Amino acid sequence: MLSTFFAVLRRDLLLAWRSRSDVLVTLAFFVIVVCLFPFGVGAEPNQLRAIAPGVLWVAALLACLLSLHRLFAQDYADGTLEQLLLSSEPAVLWVLAKVLAFWLTTGLPVVAVAPGLALLLDLEQGALPVLALSLALGTPILALLGAVGAALTLGLRGGGMLLALLILPLFVPVLIFGAGAVEAEASGTGALAHLLLLGGGLAGALALAPLACAAALRISTD
Amino acid sequence: MLEIEDLACLKGDRLLFRGLALRMMPGELLRVAGPNGVGKTSLLRLVTGLALAEAGVVRWHGLGIDRDREAFHRELLYLGHAPALHDLLTPLENLRFACAAAGDEVDEEICMQALVRIGLANQLDLPARVLSQGQRRRVGLARLFLSSQRRLWVLDEPFTALDVAAVSDLAQTLSDHCAAGGMVMLTTHQDAPFAVPPRVLDVGAYAC
Amino acid sequence: MADGLNLEKNHMNVKPRGPSLFRFAAPQMFYPLAGRLAPWFAAAALVLTAIGMWLSFFVAPTDATQGEVYRVIFIHVPAAWMSMFIYLVMAFWAAVGLVMNTRLSFVMSQALAPTGAMFCFVALWTGALWGKPTWGAYWVWDARLTSQLLLLFLYFGFIALTRAIEDPRRADRAGAIIALVGAVNVPIIYFSVKWWNTLHQGASVSLTKAPSMAATMLAGMLVMAFAAWAYTLAVTLWRVRPMILERERHTEWVGEVLDRERGRG
Repeated sequence: MLSTFFAVLRRDLLLAWRSRSDVLVTLAFFVIVVCLFPFGVGAEPNQLRAIAPGVLWVAALLACLLSLHRLFAQDYADGTLEQLLLSSEPAVLWVLAKVLAFWLTTGLPVVAVAPGLALLLDLEQGALPVLALSLALGTPILALLGAVGAALTLGLRGGGMLLALLILPLFVPVLIFGAGAVEAEASGTGALAHLLLLGGGLAGALALAPLACAAALRISTD
Repeated sequence: MLEIEDLACLKGDRLLFRGLALRMMPGELLRVAGPNGVGKTSLLRLVTGLALAEAGVVRWHGLGIDRDREAFHRELLYLGHAPALHDLLTPLENLRFACAAAGDEVDEEICMQALVRIGLANQLDLPARVLSQGQRRRVGLARLFLSSQRRLWVLDEPFTALDVAAVSDLAQTLSDHCAAGGMVMLTTHQDAPFAVPPRVLDVGAYAC
Repeated sequence: MADGLNLEKNHMNVKPRGPSLFRFAAPQMFYPLAGRLAPWFAAAALVLTAIGMWLSFFVAPTDATQGEVYRVIFIHVPAAWMSMFIYLVMAFWAAVGLVMNTRLSFVMSQALAPTGAMFCFVALWTGALWGKPTWGAYWVWDARLTSQLLLLFLYFGFIALTRAIEDPRRADRAGAIIALVGAVNVPIIYFSVKWWNTLHQGASVSLTKAPSMAATMLAGMLVMAFAAWAYTLAVTLWRVRPMILERERHTEWVGEVLDRERGRG
């Protein structure tokens, strides 16, 4: 039953490994964007500490957005997407596999690097686990929502900008709860409520986004 | 049994054909003919369910193909224009993925035999990006040897970029599939040595 | 190419017979109906706007705390209501289109979008005008204003996507998906922004919660809201007509319509 799921997951991870420079570029982008902020707002530690959660989250969001176009573009161009749509297993399964592989190769590295970068911005050390946890819960939502946008803008002229326009407004709640969790932890009010809401959002996105994404892929290959 | 009723195809804002009707029985080999741009590929995509018909229905065993998509796809093999190869994967990896993606568990050994049979014995471990056009084509076609349980084969220009020997081997495979009760629907611009001359459907007759 | 193909979906079973309301779901029935109704709604919009303006500028009393500035709510509140309501209607038509496969529904949702975006913009603009004398700034990150801004972005996304896709059928369906995704997210966005807002600043003066609203104020606002409704209907019906013609141009009836209109002109 899950043969398509695992086949797609294995293949996408293998491909990510064979073109690992792409993954590293995304990660480097994340690091550079975060490092730009002190040049813009000044290196005053109190100020940096105050904006750290927002900066890290916005940078993670942009890193995710910039790599989203890769999600289906190659498969669309070489005909693999058609074959997947003709699979005898439900499209939701392999869509989930593709999103999971995408998250493992772009979201997870960001989650792993973020605490280190947070130290550059002088974020309180006690908030680092919450930062990692909020990113670990939030970036999959970004990937799931982004997959719908990527599927809709497949093969369009100026698809990248259009994708940003379509999904950035949808990312706002994730940003609010993600950055809010870190801020709440740093200010001592506790991040549980934020994290629970992020978890609920993830559950909702897991249930709905693959359906929308599969429908969008069928429309885009018509 | 495949039935097409009153099918119309809109491409962009141009109506390609309409009123197309067809009935295919097990064992039939159908060649879709017509001049360039008349909608041969579009017809094949409509039959697979990849494209949405402007009007009309396609039925498989009496049931509209969008009714039970998974069941229809289990019996369908479609090889389109694009060979569905990833440049960074070897032919063997590509073939195994193609089978698994379609929902078939196929042994690595059997995949290897299929690739050897289609003439890629020396390219098994090369990345697909170094293959020639004909060789890329063959990787996709190797799936035909592994898909005899799929009743309906829909093939878009399967003979392009193949040499004479490969064409006759492929024609033999298609004839065998039909003899075993399968159905083949294909487009081609060249003559192939089929055991039985194929039935011809001229899409141009339904053009608008 | 020009000769007739019955292009409305056959599984919708829309046959132009009998008194069923569904027959207007067929484009060739809806096209003349839209043409006949639009002027009436336009006239209604004009009359209602005139009455509403009169009520709001001459009848409604001056607000005790805010003075004359408050009168902007007679435009602001109906515009804000309308912008949210239109998005829901758009999503409704999108869902109908995807489920029933009727192209008229997609046309409706696309014809509504520019009006929705316009009302959204008007709400933001009047909000800013009201904010300057009241809050001392054209823009504050108030929960309502911020959600309204995000709604405007959702409208822009929908319009940009449907315009960017050349193939009308793909544009219809892709637009429908993003409209539905947006509709699911609108309440989530609204509540998250509200939550964020309460955490970051104290409750701001609410634009709509005037402590004691005089009956004439309420009447003015309602009349203006009805005017906005009538305007939306008129503009949408007018916008739908050429869109129907463009999509159905290879059918017999569009040829007849064009011949007739050419003959008249």
